[in-house]
Amino acid sequence: MENFDMSLIDWSRGQFALTAFYHWLFVPLTLGLSFIVAFMETIYVRTGNPEWKRITKFWMILFGINFAIGVATGLILEFEFGTNWSNYSWFVGDIFGAPLAVEGIMAFFLESTFVAVMFFGWNKVSKRFHLTSTWLVALGANLSALWILVANAWMQNPVGTEFNFDIARNEMTSFWAVLFSPTAISKFLHTITSGFVLASIFVMGISSWYLLKRRHILFAKRSMVVAGTFGILSSVFLVFSGDESAREMARVQPMKFAAMEGLYKGTTNAPLIAIGFMEKPTPPGLERDFAFKIEIPNMLSYMAYLDVNKFVPGIEDLLWGNEKQNIRSYEDKVKKGKKAIQALALYKRSAKISDSLKFAGDTARADKHKNTANEALAIFKTNFKDPDGSYNFGYGYYAGHGRSIKELIPDVPTAFYSFHLMVILGVHFGIVFLLGMIFIYKRKIIKKRWYLWITFWTIPLAYIATMLGWLLAEMGRQPWVIQDLMPTLSAVSQLDSSSVKLTFWIFAGLFTALLLADFFILRRQILIGPKEGGK
Amino acid sequence: MFENFSHSVLQHYWWIIVSLLAAILVFLMFVQGGQTFVYSLGKTKTQRKMVVNALGRKWEFTFTTLVTFGGAFFASFPLFYATSFGGAYWVWLLILFAFIIQAVAYEFRSKPNNIFGSGTYEAFLFINGLLGTVLIGTAVATFFTGSDFRLDDMNRVTWGNSWRGLELAFSFGRYETYINLSLGLAVFFLARSLGLMYFLNSIDDETLDKRIRKKLWYSALLFLVLFLFFLVNILVMKGYAVDPETRIVFLEQYKYLNNLLNMPIVLIIFLTGVVAVLFGLIVSLTKASTKGIWSAGFGTILTVFALLLVAGFNNTAFYPSYSNLQSSLTIANASSSKYTLTAMSYVSLVVPFVIAYIWYAWKAINKKKIDEEEMSDEESHAY
Ligand code: HDD
Ligand code: HEM
Ligand code: HEM
Repeated sequence: MENFDMSLIDWSRGQFALTAFYHWLFVPLTLGLSFIVAFMETIYVRTGNPEWKRITKFWMILFGINFAIGVATGLILEFEFGTNWSNYSWFVGDIFGAPLAVEGIMAFFLESTFVAVMFFGWNKVSKRFHLTSTWLVALGANLSALWILVANAWMQNPVGTEFNFDIARNEMTSFWAVLFSPTAISKFLHTITSGFVLASIFVMGISSWYLLKRRHILFAKRSMVVAGTFGILSSVFLVFSGDESAREMARVQPMKFAAMEGLYKGTTNAPLIAIGFMEKPTPPGLERDFAFKIEIPNMLSYMAYLDVNKFVPGIEDLLWGNEKQNIRSYEDKVKKGKKAIQALALYKRSAKISDSLKFAGDTARADKHKNTANEALAIFKTNFKDPDGSYNFGYGYYAGHGRSIKELIPDVPTAFYSFHLMVILGVHFGIVFLLGMIFIYKRKIIKKRWYLWITFWTIPLAYIATMLGWLLAEMGRQPWVIQDLMPTLSAVSQLDSSSVKLTFWIFAGLFTALLLADFFILRRQILIGPKEGGK
Repeated sequence: MFENFSHSVLQHYWWIIVSLLAAILVFLMFVQGGQTFVYSLGKTKTQRKMVVNALGRKWEFTFTTLVTFGGAFFASFPLFYATSFGGAYWVWLLILFAFIIQAVAYEFRSKPNNIFGSGTYEAFLFINGLLGTVLIGTAVATFFTGSDFRLDDMNRVTWGNSWRGLELAFSFGRYETYINLSLGLAVFFLARSLGLMYFLNSIDDETLDKRIRKKLWYSALLFLVLFLFFLVNILVMKGYAVDPETRIVFLEQYKYLNNLLNMPIVLIIFLTGVVAVLFGLIVSLTKASTKGIWSAGFGTILTVFALLLVAGFNNTAFYPSYSNLQSSLTIANASSSKYTLTAMSYVSLVVPFVIAYIWYAWKAINKKKIDEEEMSDEESHAY
């Protein structure tokens, strides 16, 4: 196996992470605000009250500013699969390209066509047509989320696919299995509801600021009613779908699950750590102790399997195996994976030689090589995956060449803290929505200045929470780009790392500049407020 | 229904779809072409506003078509996606940069407190109009002239030149570079001509009208000269043919001319397209017609479509490697599995509906031409 240029890999990962995070900075607001605006316009059309039109238009302007930069940052992600992860694009393009194409055909055109009506159509089309367009934008945005998340979920849980050894790539065997994979469904629900929550917090927070400044009081209260209601409902779904995600993860990505709980030694009746601080590991072991933790007994076993008596495997069980619990070690998978990779190479080489000998008319030697090829193929097939369907193939990249099996552990503190902070913030958001609705209902909201300040400053926390979610999902699956099949290091395009370094910095500079412009434009629009129409 | 088609039929079907998307994209690049005129056409602030707003309600279509083109190519011919994007890295990244800056430019340009000032965003529009068209045209020309790459056993790409695709436009020692550039520049001037005709059609302003028709002369003539140069060259040169039995790629004299002659339908599409473009240009230049964009736009789609069919059909390698012939990509060796192509073919049935609602929404917004009055009404213009 060839040697990998680690600096190239790190810069490519860095570039993808950078561009993905910039994209995600704008996406959740698009997902949620599109619905909030649609609710508001519906109220306007139903009541005919021009005040609601004003409310709708104000939030729509903020939506438009955010939407434009969401589009700008999305373009690059799509093409980056080809430019920076070309080996990946070939290895799984047969499956992975499909959702991206469907997304373009079914979602992006819907979004971009009706966004134009939404912004230019006020005086040109009927009220009903305009309202329909607004709803279609919301639908389109969330449909696009569906398809891209199906693609992403497939990387975490590669279902509906088979390896074609002749051309060394994966091929799709069931479109429906890919689309309705449980991982995809929980990921979709969790991600869009996180967008709904973020957008609700955004509207609540800005409205709070107006109330603090005693400006646009009626406007702010009405916006808060819409956002608060949407926020509470979404929060409930968010927590449920997050819980569902965790259960799915325990099933298909046990290593990520163990890392997010900092669980090194597996146990039955595993407790859930509600709050904890990790210590630096003391060599020679792997394990990190907790300097401090508060645990909920049995909860982790329950969360993973809905059964407190079940065994939750820890990192060490996965690496070295645990016979009593019937857990096969990664060591074993590495061995088999290595055999599979070598057999595949031998198969391809022998088959090629055999073909050219046959072409030259030397049938006897062609047959001999054909035999070798068939033997190699048999070895490949027994080692590629186990009878239970779990793959060994990707593990083979972790044998020899100075690779250590410990590279199969993701960064534990990152996974642990991002998970726990996300959950804590989720609870915080729920409380914010609930209190807000109570205060509005009791007509006391304007007097609760402490509440308004907290709500305003919750806006950045909402962004942090969604970022943490992706950090957990993506960093937690390392070193895999496709779980158990393809490690990140073999997915990358063969470029000079200096090229990637250069594009990394260009993106960093460009996106930061655009982000600043976006921030100041939004800020100015908010300062101007709804009265003047925001223009 | 699609299950019953052979893998090869599906590959041809998807090559048609991808070519059609590319053809529509080239037509829609009238937005890019139009963007290069923001300053030279708009002498007053209102005029500039009209120009920007006329384009501003269409740019999303071009952009989305580009995105969908990328997605469809990825799904149907993943090996092309991996080879070209991962290989000609810098060409594609420059194209992408040019489109990233466009996406924010319209929305941010006229908003207060946009930090960089509206001039910067107008510059973004110009850069997008120039680089976007020239580079895409140049990249498409390599479908005929070839690139310098090889694929290993596992189909991983190694690019031969450290300029990563930029050499295809700048290594002046190689004759093919001029062919590549001629198509790049032809697309640029075509986009400008289409942009001007689009303005004629969508803006109601007399002084602009005169200025536009004058400018159309230059763009149209330059386009015709450059395109002719490109066309003659590819018709007489050696092309990349594939032996259907052995799948061996070899050079064949007059390959692309032969393709046109062997596929009479494609030839008819091509000739109809060329005539329609000429007709659109001529009525815009010689009469007071504002409808030239329709004929020229339709003609553009047909012409580009036919050219891409020439590049991919009739046992031709559509993405040739001139340094390593056997690494060249054909629609057979670069495609997705039969299963995926079948599934995607069902998805493609949605496309007519998509076109229908785009058409409907487009009509609804364009009922009335843009004029000065609309620009002074705060409610209805956006940029
Ligand atoms: C959960 C939602 C979500 C996620 C995880 C992603 N996106 Fe995204 N994307 C959207 C949700 C979205 C959106 C809400 O639909 C956007 C944001 C603003 C917009 O206009 O549409 C969008 C825009 C957008 C665009 C511009 C579309 C246009 O022309 O209108 C592209 C090409 C992508 N995205 C591609 C990607 C890729 C390749 C991703 C993964 C690597 C990705 N997105 C992650
Ligand atoms: C928009 C939300 C997303 C965010 C914030 C995000 C975040 C990240 C991060 C932080 C990394 C780097 C991980 C590392 O190398 O340590 C990464 C890598 C990657 N992600 Fe995501 N991701 C997002 C969505 C997606 C989606 C939807 C897909 C697939 C369709 C995807 C595919 C990838 C790929 C291919 C890599 C590179 C390989 C790797 O390093 O694992 N990501 N992403
Ligand atoms: C309150 C309880 C919550 C639980 C139990 C929870 C659980 C989870 C889990 C287990 C994952 C990882 C899924 C995977 O890697 O496959 C995840 C990801 C994520 N979380 Fe949460 N989460 C919660 C709250 C939140 C909140 C408040 C937000 C943001 C507002 C959020 C946003 C996200 C995002 C964007 C992702 C990445 C997408 C995904 O993998 O689904 N979550 N969450």
